[in-house]
Amino acid sequence: MTLSAPREQHTTNTVLNARTDARAQGGQRSEWMPYLPAASSPFVPTDVDPTALVWAETVAPGGYTHKVLTRGSRIRFDDPTGDACAHLVLYNALEPTERLNVADTQKIPWQAYLGAGHPLLSGDGRVLATVLADTSGRHDAFCGTSTDAWNEQKYGDSRPEGPTPSGRGLLVKAAAKHGLGRRDLPPSISLFQGVRVETDGQLAWQGSFGAGTHVELVAELPLLVLVANVAHPLDPRPDYQVGPLRVHAWRGAATGPADPRFAATPELERAYLNTIDYAEARGL
Amino acid sequence: MTAPTSTVPVGASYAEGSVLDWSRTLLPGRVVLDEQVASNAPWSAVVAAGQVLTIVDVGGNQSADCLMYNAADPEERYSVPDTLTWQQNAYVTTGTVLRSNEGRPLMTVVGNEIDRQDTIGGACSKESNTLRYGHHVMYHHGCRENFLAEASRRGLGIRDLVSNLNWFMNVPVEADGALGIVDGMSAPGRRVAIRAEMDVLVLVSNCPQMNNPCNDFNPTPLRMIVVEPSGAQE
Ligand SMILES: [Zn+2]
Repeated sequence: MTLSAPREQHTTNTVLNARTDARAQGGQRSEWMPYLPAASSPFVPTDVDPTALVWAETVAPGGYTHKVLTRGSRIRFDDPTGDACAHLVLYNALEPTERLNVADTQKIPWQAYLGAGHPLLSGDGRVLATVLADTSGRHDAFCGTSTDAWNEQKYGDSRPEGPTPSGRGLLVKAAAKHGLGRRDLPPSISLFQGVRVETDGQLAWQGSFGAGTHVELVAELPLLVLVANVAHPLDPRPDYQVGPLRVHAWRGAATGPADPRFAATPELERAYLNTIDYAEARGL
Repeated sequence: MTAPTSTVPVGASYAEGSVLDWSRTLLPGRVVLDEQVASNAPWSAVVAAGQVLTIVDVGGNQSADCLMYNAADPEERYSVPDTLTWQQNAYVTTGTVLRSNEGRPLMTVVGNEIDRQDTIGGACSKESNTLRYGHHVMYHHGCRENFLAEASRRGLGIRDLVSNLNWFMNVPVEADGALGIVDGMSAPGRRVAIRAEMDVLVLVSNCPQMNNPCNDFNPTPLRMIVVEPSGAQE
């Protein structure tokens, strides 16, 4: 069947007709969209009370999203196809000069690879978020996201509105919507596509664990979360093959002394103490 | 006048009798700058396109934490992930192109006298020291503080600090992902030389850390020499 051209599907010759035409478009669904209210998400994770949801969205391949979340929020990323790649930057929403510090995130836990229990640290000695669950195990904190220069040499195009957008191009837009500029984008991390360091330092592509994995975080401070769903820079495929990324967030509690992870290591215990100290002083 | 006595618990300096080798430029050329950086202190300079900066590890295994900016547009600055991605390797060595957050070459390593240089380990700070060693070292000085002080002299601030490079520091990544600062591979007088591919503002913190081997627990000076190169390597 041949669909008529968009122009032929609309009668918009008067204001009244244009308004009727616009309103007739509501209530439709697309493969990638936010779900409002969040409880109406068609993909509520099992064991999550839909009424506790504060964010539900499917991010398009080559798309981006961003949200400000309260301390204690749980954030779950799902990769339904095995081809999502979630490039993340986190900020303290109250003081965005406090932001993800990838070097500290690898150095302080003495571990380069992200996984359950790993803290995502700021440069201020505090935990922005903790990885609570991870069924993928394929992540990367070395390569960051793609730049325009990288995608131009790899795909011939990097425009954020084009078919092969760079991650940085999308994160610049997401950051700008919160008053942040290019200098506010630190190195990012990415979920669902793994990279490993070989003995000689070579960065080896590991790729996806497969369809149907997820990662869950808990926000340890009020967070500004920026996400770009773009091809990992080391993805060896010549085509830009990215799947949808599902995001859900719901109300919960930040890590406290009663949680086993609080004192799992001496570095973690002091990081959580610093985080709680900040939260208490600010009345959070 | 004689220095007054002080109750300020300032950082340590190198032990008496430490071997110091001030060495000389790694690449020959007309010297346009030749400065000493005291233990624990920050430093910065603009290195013009084509000029070569030699950093001398005067006392051996002294981490020189380093950030670089496009001098004409500092929003473009050193990027660890871009540097690693383009060379598809986690370590910095001779030939490594130090890239910006736009993927462009800022500087190139044109001479290097240790096996590999680190750009994963980041900078120390008062705050992160509390996680790594305990709150009793909060009063110690840190590289992040050096960077902030030196950046402020150049019109830059906390938004401009990103993951950095650590000349003469050793951070291996093991097969299971274990990573950490271990004993260095440098020695007194060892050098690295980096050529500016554009006019580059270079910020250095002569690391004051006293709680790990990034400076062999013995903070020593650095020597910075910038030359207009005149020919082949010595
Ligand atoms: Zn340091």
